[in-house]
Amino acid sequence: MKKARFKVDELESDIFKITGLEATVGAFYEEWEEAPGPTPMPDISTFRDWDRILLNKYKPFYLPLCDLCCLCTMGKCDLSKGKKGACGLDMAAQQSRIVLLSCAIGAATHAGHGRHMVEELVSKFGSDYPLDVGGLSVLVEAPHTRLVTGIKPRTLGDLEDVLDYVEKEITHLLSCCHTGQEGDNIDFESKAFHAGMIDHVGMEICDLAQISALNFPKADPEASMVDVGMGSIDITKPVILVIGHNVPPAAAIFDYMEDGGLEDSIELAGICCTALDLTRYTNKAKIAGPLSHQLRFVRSGIADVIVVDEQCIRADILDEAKKVKAPLISTHYKNFQGLPNRTEDPTDEIVSDMVEGRSPGVVILDSDKAGEVAVRVAMGVFPKRKKSGIIPEESEIIEYATKCTKCLSCQRVCPNYLPLPEAMEAAAKGNLQPLSDLYESCIGCGRCEGEGVCPNELKLHSIIIGASRSKIKEERFKVRVGRGAISDTEIRRVGGPIVMGEIPGVIGIVGCSNYPGSWKDNAIMIEEFLKRRFIVTTTGCAAMNIGMYKNEDGLSLYEAYSGAFDAGGLVNCGSCVSNPHISGAAIKIASIFAKRKLNSNYEEIADYIHNRVGAVGISWGAMSQKASSIASGFWRLGIPVIVGPHGSKYRRALLGRKDKEENWYVIDARTGKRVYTGPAPEHLFISVETKEEAMTLIPKLCIRPNDTTKGRSIKLNHYIDLHKRFYGAMPDDIQLFVRTMADIPITMKDEILEILKEKGWKESEVPAPDPTLLPRLVRKKGDGNGS
Amino acid sequence: MAAEPWQRYEVPGPVKAAVIKKPEMVSILLKKAKKPIFIVGHEAAEIDLEGKKPIDQIIRIARAADIPVVTTAHAMAEFLKRGFKPAASMTSMDIGNRLTDPTWSVSGEDEPHDLALILGMTYYVGFVIEAGLKSFAFDHLKTVSLDRYYQPHCNWSFPNLSIEEWSGYLTIIAQEMENK
Ligand code: SF4
Ligand code: SF4
Ligand code: SF4
Repeated sequence: MKKARFKVDELESDIFKITGLEATVGAFYEEWEEAPGPTPMPDISTFRDWDRILLNKYKPFYLPLCDLCCLCTMGKCDLSKGKKGACGLDMAAQQSRIVLLSCAIGAATHAGHGRHMVEELVSKFGSDYPLDVGGLSVLVEAPHTRLVTGIKPRTLGDLEDVLDYVEKEITHLLSCCHTGQEGDNIDFESKAFHAGMIDHVGMEICDLAQISALNFPKADPEASMVDVGMGSIDITKPVILVIGHNVPPAAAIFDYMEDGGLEDSIELAGICCTALDLTRYTNKAKIAGPLSHQLRFVRSGIADVIVVDEQCIRADILDEAKKVKAPLISTHYKNFQGLPNRTEDPTDEIVSDMVEGRSPGVVILDSDKAGEVAVRVAMGVFPKRKKSGIIPEESEIIEYATKCTKCLSCQRVCPNYLPLPEAMEAAAKGNLQPLSDLYESCIGCGRCEGEGVCPNELKLHSIIIGASRSKIKEERFKVRVGRGAISDTEIRRVGGPIVMGEIPGVIGIVGCSNYPGSWKDNAIMIEEFLKRRFIVTTTGCAAMNIGMYKNEDGLSLYEAYSGAFDAGGLVNCGSCVSNPHISGAAIKIASIFAKRKLNSNYEEIADYIHNRVGAVGISWGAMSQKASSIASGFWRLGIPVIVGPHGSKYRRALLGRKDKEENWYVIDARTGKRVYTGPAPEHLFISVETKEEAMTLIPKLCIRPNDTTKGRSIKLNHYIDLHKRFYGAMPDDIQLFVRTMADIPITMKDEILEILKEKGWKESEVPAPDPTLLPRLVRKKGDGNGS
Repeated sequence: MAAEPWQRYEVPGPVKAAVIKKPEMVSILLKKAKKPIFIVGHEAAEIDLEGKKPIDQIIRIARAADIPVVTTAHAMAEFLKRGFKPAASMTSMDIGNRLTDPTWSVSGEDEPHDLALILGMTYYVGFVIEAGLKSFAFDHLKTVSLDRYYQPHCNWSFPNLSIEEWSGYLTIIAQEMENK
C-alpha cells in the first residue's frame, strides 16, 4: 500500500474545507471506494446545527450540585437564583461547562489510553501491522472512524493519524472550559456532544488496536466463558492482581507465566477493564470483580502482588497495598503513586528489593519487564505473606460492634446511606446477617472509614466484608468474554427487524459500579428484557455484574442466553473502550442495512439512527467522567441514555416535553411535509431512581417514528405490560404513541380503545412518514422547509 | 436558621433552606398558596412510620387541601392501592423540569403552581432537583421539603427528625388541613 503524507490544508472543495492538519487522509480516500461525504474531520462548529435540533427537542434541565462556581480566583461566585459570576457566567452555562469538562476529561482519558497503547503496540508489532477485528465478517471495521474522519484505517500506524485528529479536537474542547470563553449553555452542550462523538472515535481506536495486535476474540458470539468473583480465585496459589484499563502489562505478565510454564501455578486476576481485556487475551485469567471490589479484594490479602496501569485505580492503592504487605507495581506514567521509577534498573535487583520488603512499590514503564517482575515477586512473597489480610474475623466484628454508639455518622457519609448503625447494633448481639445484607449494596468507597467519621475509628467497610465471608466464598460465576465488534452479517440479519420495530429494542447496559442498590439489579433488569427478546449488549463493570448473578436455574445470564447480536442475545462486547461496538452497531445498521453513505456523513447517519433505530443506553452505576463522554457519544447520534440515581450528579438531564406537541414533528422526506410522530423517543438523557422505573422507561425509549404498525404494537405491548406491573395502572400517554388502530396491541385492544376515546384521540393522517429532522434530506424539492 | 444536610457532603452553597420549626407553618404556607402541588417519591411508601407509611399522611393532606399529587419513580402503584388517584406520574427529573416552566400546571388548564411540597425522593436526587428549582424556578415557585431529613436547597425544610417527630409533624399537618 502506498501512502502519501500531505497537509490537509491543501484539501479544499465546495463541499468541505479542512485546515491545518497533517495526515495521510488523501491516501485513504484513494483506497476507499466511497467518496467522502460532506463532513470529514469535523470541528467544533460543524454539527452545531444538528446539536441544536436535538437540544431544542431535548432541552437541558440543570441540577446544580452546588450553587457556587470555584473555577477561577475571581470566585467563588454564587450563581443561584439568576445571579452571575464575576466573569459574567450564569448557572446554566456553568452547569453545562461542567458537563463539557466532564466529557472532555472522559474523551481525553480514552484518547490518551489509545495513544499510549497504539505506540506500545506499534513498537512491538510495527506500524504496518494489519488491523483485523473479524476478518471477512467485519468489513466495516471502524464505523466511527470512517463516519467522523473519513479515514479507513488499515494498519496500527494508520490509527496514529486518527489520534492526531482526536487529540486536536479534545484540546480545543478543553480550552472552551477556560474562564472567559463560551457563555451560552446550549453551545456548551453542543461542545459536550462533540466531545462524545470524538470519544467514540478514540475508544474505537483503542479496541481496534488491541483486538488486532493481541488477538482478542473477533466478533465471536461464542467467545469463551471465564470465571468472575472473588470466590473463584484459588488462594492456595500466588495471586497477581491487575487493576485498571490498559491491558498490555497484564498481557505481558501472562506471557511471562506461559513462557515459564507457570500458568497453572499462579492465579492472574483483575479488577475493572484490565480484567475484562485480559480475559479476552487469555481465558486462564479471572475477573475478581468490578471497581466496587477493589478495596475488599486488596484488604482480603489474597493478592500477593498488585499491578496497576491507568484509570479507576484507587488513589490510596499504595496505602492499602502496604496494609496487607502486597508489593505494588505501577506500569503507567499516569499513575506514579509517588514510587521510584525503576524501569532502567536490573530486574534481579528490583525483584529482590520487593521480595525482601525493602521496597513497597516501584514504577516499571516497560510492560515486559513489569510482567517478569510481577511473576517473580509473586512467587517470592507468596510463602512469606501467607495471604495476610486485614478483614476482621467474626469475633472481632462482634467486639467492634459493641463499641458503636449509633451516632449515625457512618450512615450520613455513605453514598447509599446504608443502615450501618442498625447493622452494628444487631452485630453487637451476635447477629452478623444485617451487616452481610449490605454486601451487594456497598460500592466499596470506604467513605464510612474516613478520617474523623467514626468516633470509635471502626473500619466499617472491612467489617461488612468480614461479615460476608461465606458469601464471598460462594462468589463464583461465569462471564462470556468480550467478543468485540458486531459482525456485518449479524447487522444484515437484524437490521430490518430493528428498524421496523419488530425486534423491540437494542439495549446497551454499560458503565461503572456506582449502584444505588444491589449490583444484582443490573442482571434482574436485563433478564426481563432478554426474556422479552430485546437484544442486550454490554461492556465494562456492568458486563461483570450481569455475570455475578444466577437465574432460577442456577445459571449466569451468559450461560442462559446466546452471545449473538440477535433477539434474546446477551452480547458482551468487552471493556469500556468496546462501547463503540454498540454505538457502531447502530451506525452499521444505517450504513450496511439501509445503505446510507458512511464516509464523513455523520449528520445523516445520526438522523437515521435517531428516527429509526430503537436503541437505548443504560448505565445504572455511571460514576466516571468517561461514562459521561460515552453517554455523550450516544446523545449526538440521537440515542437516549438512562442513568441510575447517582447519575443525577452529572448535573443535567436532556428532557423531552411530551405535553408540547410542537416538539414532536419530523419532516417526511418523501413530501417535505411536517408530520407529528409523538414523543419518540421521549428523552435523550435522564436519571431515574428505581429499577422498576428504569424497566418501564426502557421499552418506551425504544419507540421510534419509523416503527411499522407491527413493531409499534410490540413495543407498546412491552411498555404497557411493565407499566401495569410496576405502576399498577395503564400509562397516561398511550394516545401519544398510537398512530393508527393497527398500532394497538391486540391483547389490550379494549382497554386501549377506551383510553383513546377518553383522550379524544384521532388517527394520524401520515402514520408512516419517511422521518428526518434534516430539511436537506427531503427528496421533493421546493418544499424543503417542512411547511 | 438553617440545619445541616442529612447526607454530610451534600453542601448547597451560601443560601440554605429555612427550617420549619413547627408543622403548623406548612399549613399556613398551604393556605396562602394559590396553586400548590405535592411531589411524592417512592420512599414515601417504603419508610415505616410507626405502623403506617408517609404516603398515608400525604393522602390525608392532599385530600383535605385538594392538592394534586404527582408521583415519581413507581410510587403511583402504592397510591392506587390506597384508592387515591394521583394527578400524574412522571420521573423526578420530568416533574423538576416542568416546574421550571412558569406556564405549566399538572392539569394543563389551571394557573401555574406557586408552591411545591416534596417528599420521598432519593435524598441526593431530591437535593439536586431542588437545586434546579432554586435556580431555575425561583421567580415563580416556592419549595417545601417534608422529608424526614433536611433538604437545604428548598425554601423551607424540616430539620433532620426522628421517625417519631416526623410522624408527629405529618399528622399535625394532616389534622390542620382537615380542620381548616
Ligand atoms: S469562572 Fe466565573 S463564575 Fe467561576 S469562579 Fe471564576 S468568575 Fe466566578
Ligand atoms: S464503603 Fe460501603 S458502607 Fe462504606 S460508605 Fe462506601 S458504600 Fe457505604
Ligand atoms: S460512625 Fe461508628 S459509632 Fe457512629 S454509628 Fe457508625 S459505627 Fe457506630
